[in-house]
Amino acid sequence: MSIAPSKILATLRVNGRDATLAFHPHATLLEVLREELRLTGTKHGCELGQCGACTVIVDGTPVLSCLTLAAEAIGRSVETVEGLAVDGTLHPVQRAFLELGAAQCGYCTPGFLNAAVHLLEKNLEPSEAEIRDALAGHLCRCTGYTKIVEAVALAGRRMRASIDG
Amino acid sequence: MLRLPAFEFQPARSVDEAVTLLGEHGDDALPVAGGTDLYANMKLGLFAPRVVVGLRSITALRSIRFDPQHGLRIGALCSLDAIVREPAVAEHYPALAQAAAMVGTPEIRNMGTIGGNLCLETRCNYFNQSAEWRKAMGYCLKRDGNLCRVALHSDTCKAINASDTAPVMHAYDARLSLVGPRGERTVNIREFYQNDGAHANVKRADEILTEIALPLPARGTRSSYRKLRLRKAFDFPLLGVAVAVATDAGGSCTQARIVLNAVGSAPLEVEAAGAILLGTHLGEEIAADAAEEVFKAGKPLENANASLLYRKRMLRVIAQRTLEDVIAPLR
Repeated sequence: MSIAPSKILATLRVNGRDATLAFHPHATLLEVLREELRLTGTKHGCELGQCGACTVIVDGTPVLSCLTLAAEAIGRSVETVEGLAVDGTLHPVQRAFLELGAAQCGYCTPGFLNAAVHLLEKNLEPSEAEIRDALAGHLCRCTGYTKIVEAVALAGRRMRASIDG
Repeated sequence: MLRLPAFEFQPARSVDEAVTLLGEHGDDALPVAGGTDLYANMKLGLFAPRVVVGLRSITALRSIRFDPQHGLRIGALCSLDAIVREPAVAEHYPALAQAAAMVGTPEIRNMGTIGGNLCLETRCNYFNQSAEWRKAMGYCLKRDGNLCRVALHSDTCKAINASDTAPVMHAYDARLSLVGPRGERTVNIREFYQNDGAHANVKRADEILTEIALPLPARGTRSSYRKLRLRKAFDFPLLGVAVAVATDAGGSCTQARIVLNAVGSAPLEVEAAGAILLGTHLGEEIAADAAEEVFKAGKPLENANASLLYRKRMLRVIAQRTLEDVIAPLR
């Protein structure tokens, strides 16, 4: 029986704030976010990279936190669903999901939101095909895909209008 | 909840450091790049290294350089997404861009590397299962057992090579650089893979794949890759067909490579299919003859998420469609 290696003491930058904490070298970013930092918005899904529920943004890129070591996030910027709303005001993508009922049970929603925000940061006028491609790594077991695609398009239109206006 | 088994994580900052770490720990260590293959397999109890050597900080292996004289050199740590977005790849090696874009999902392509995809662990319905499932089944030749569940009398493991980029790299005649404690060696991709699912490539435990070099394709080369899968996104190939053909000024075929994946533990070049195309003016009928050779040569087994008969019959269809991709622009 081998003994678990000792913990690493490190600083993680999550949603713009530095947090210094200890975790095992084999702990995933998902586990550290949820269990140490209590940021439970990021969800455990399949935990094998097949569902997208645990998606977070690391250095501006969507990645699967279930297959990323927390140790590999040291020195990088991590953004989770908790960082999307600013001072209690929902992100336009969150507001569109809420208004159109794009979240049913809500379990897949944080992953979808992160992927959608990443898409709209690059392209405020995505076609339906572009939206579906960007969200292709996310499964919704309630199968509410149509509303999700519509909500992303609506958020893009509103974000464009707010820039134009 | 599926957690990783305990290990020590040792990030390497250079190729030398990675090789030293792997050498020090021998069989107790495994290298990791993007983690999308290894960590998922470790969560299923398929691997339990005491030390994991992280490669992602080796920034020197993240460049893609194109030179019109010599061709393309890709650092093994380039993400699949970076390859999809690279203009020189789209222009000169379009089938590589197609194949990289068909691996996994956007998130997997952000994380996963080209080196990782080429070294992808072979897959099988009796291997990619939970520890409980495999225990109940009595394990298999690839891990913890002594019987291949797919071919009961086989001495070798029949797990399949499910890398989308491997057959394409074969069609482009790639050379792979491997660095270990005894220095660097270069192997042609034909010699890199072995048709044994438990020992699917010649990379030694203390070596890492550092670079992939693709020669400049002959003038007038056209290439394409298609895969059979149950969903349009997300799935490993149930079959894959890579085609690269070159024609001279008169439209006569001077070079033809047709390479399959997901029908064995290594990519399979169907030389008989290429030979049919050589010297002809490529057309639909000749493509059908070549696709027939592919159908004869590809021998899938009952070890992926579609029936053997379906995969066998779809070999001809996918081969025909991929050949039409490279023939259509000629007409």
